[in-house]
Amino acid sequence: MGDNKLKIVIVGHVDHGKSTLIGRLFYDTDSLPSDKIEEIRRRCEDLGREMEFAFLLDHLQEEREQGITIDTAQSFFKTDKRGYVIIDAPGHREFLKNMITGASQAECAILIVDAVDGVQEQTKRHAYILDMLGLKQVVVVINKMDLVDFNEKRFKEVKGLVEAFLDSINVKPSFFIPISAKRGDNVAKKGDTMSWYNGYTLLEALDTLNNQKSPVDKPLQFPVQDVYKIGDKRILVGRIENGRIKKGQQVVFLPSQKESIIKSIEVFMEDRIEAETGESIGITLKDPLFIERGEIICEKGYQPSRVDRFKANIFWMSQRPLDINERLTIRCATQEMSCTIDTIEKRVDSSSLETIERDADKLLFTEVGSVIIKTKKPIVIENFNEIKELGRFVLVRDKDTIAGGIVTHTSDLISENL
Amino acid sequence: MRHLDELQSRSIYIIREAYKQFDNIAMLWSVGKDSTTVLWLCRKAFFGQIPFPILHIDTGYKFPQMYRFRDEYAKEWGLRMIIGKNEEAIKKGINPDKGKLECCNELKTNALKQTIKRYDFKALLLGIRRDEHGIRAKERFFSPRDEDFQWDYKDQPPELWDQYKSKQKDEQHIRVHPLLEWTEVDIWEYIKKEDIPITELYFAKNGKRYRSIGCTTCCSPVESTASTLDEIIQELKTTDVSERSGRSQDKESAYIMQKLRSLGYM
Repeated sequence: MGDNKLKIVIVGHVDHGKSTLIGRLFYDTDSLPSDKIEEIRRRCEDLGREMEFAFLLDHLQEEREQGITIDTAQSFFKTDKRGYVIIDAPGHREFLKNMITGASQAECAILIVDAVDGVQEQTKRHAYILDMLGLKQVVVVINKMDLVDFNEKRFKEVKGLVEAFLDSINVKPSFFIPISAKRGDNVAKKGDTMSWYNGYTLLEALDTLNNQKSPVDKPLQFPVQDVYKIGDKRILVGRIENGRIKKGQQVVFLPSQKESIIKSIEVFMEDRIEAETGESIGITLKDPLFIERGEIICEKGYQPSRVDRFKANIFWMSQRPLDINERLTIRCATQEMSCTIDTIEKRVDSSSLETIERDADKLLFTEVGSVIIKTKKPIVIENFNEIKELGRFVLVRDKDTIAGGIVTHTSDLISENL
Repeated sequence: MRHLDELQSRSIYIIREAYKQFDNIAMLWSVGKDSTTVLWLCRKAFFGQIPFPILHIDTGYKFPQMYRFRDEYAKEWGLRMIIGKNEEAIKKGINPDKGKLECCNELKTNALKQTIKRYDFKALLLGIRRDEHGIRAKERFFSPRDEDFQWDYKDQPPELWDQYKSKQKDEQHIRVHPLLEWTEVDIWEYIKKEDIPITELYFAKNGKRYRSIGCTTCCSPVESTASTLDEIIQELKTTDVSERSGRSQDKESAYIMQKLRSLGYM
């Protein structure tokens, strides 16, 4: 299998059947070792329950007893076409940071909606977060069709509600599929319960999606991760986030604006003259510049923004609210710097999407804020839609990551003193 | 980029990140296939000169082949080795016959606790993978443990876009998992691609081989005729037995792995 595995996150409201669906996917693709199935069967018996696929991922004892997913879990399955990594993200509001952790690692999402319950609070919140994280490939499954007598009318009703909401946040799902994760209908096999449905099964739908790859033909961005002294060489190491780097290439360092020429590409026990997107490599320079972690190596003429103020949307993951007067640390690629929130233009409820307050001075758990961030010194960033790797960041308070953010505006906010 | 190249690149990024973020770090080498792969990746990350010590927790019950392999490559690769042993428990005569849970806990977990304390390590690189065991599916790349090695899986730090937990509270140490995204087959395909030396225990002899290795007392071989890397890869693609089925600590009681882990087991 030469192809990369596709990473899928499964999101949706609590009890809409995420873990059951995952168990079903593993079972129907023969991805479960027989001793594991036996183990799960035995434990369900001990608890006096029917065999539940959800137990496979809800692996921790506590989750098994309470029947809820606490943390995000990952596992693997494969179809004839390719391999998949499945990320199960918890549906409870309290576990939002775990859901975001899961979703931030995915290339596409399955949004699961209960055919009886319909669109609920976390359905909306999760969909909104997917959109913020830039996940464009979304498959909607309407689950528990067995509880509504496999009724086509009910499927269309729920589909209509989901579609209307997703449309309002500009998410365009690739598929809507009626399923019963418990029975397996329309997951790996069609089954004979919903003959009115002529579309793809979930597995067929997933097989049509694409791996998200950073193209190599973009301008170079190579954040410096560290500097090693090996023998008499000073090697700058890091991972190429975009583009290619070549021996002899003229480069610019940002934010310092120093310039030099690539003297060599360093890969252990290999002789290289170039490297491309995604590779962790080292380089040496023609000039003896003093370069530290956090500098972004760029191609001359294609330089991302260097600013100390920018607009962003941030989602607040800490139970302790954001206080506009506090000092935080921003981390973007390998850059790390002290910052403050200059303005909170609005506070948004991440489920109803209603604006709670304009020109606010705080932000509470699960809320999204449109903010202006002021960094202590210039930092190298870009709009998320243009350069993903320099358009997303986290905010750290004390020793904890407490928010994630997406850069929305850089250009017209550069302050005069730069 | 090809699948294995991408895995390698991400793992090297994580290893370099851990080294940058923590002053006092070590790598845990069990001499098994996974941690030997991490060791290989560390050699690549630091151009053959690993700048931190390599820690081997020795229960005294490891296979003789493992000790030979460890000493041979420690020398060849110029590793700074630390051997951690719970001498007190060994003197007391703790052994698997008197109870496997206690034995694992004393000779592995407590030996590791003592060693971390003695050297004041702030972070440890470990070769665990998500597909090994259900409970490991929930691990983070950078995962904090408190002074009693407790893993607070209910309140794990968020991990977004390669921004990892880099600061620990005084009493914590961080476990770093560069192989978290790899599968068992990925490991073997990479070992083949890179020609990484690996102990002979994994290759079939007389119809049996070890799929997972630890102590002689608690590991049983699986039925297998796979005596080359290609045959192992082929076998794994068709087997329906899980990797750790030969490891008794996973099976003895329903929740023993979870208990061991909450006590700090690797």
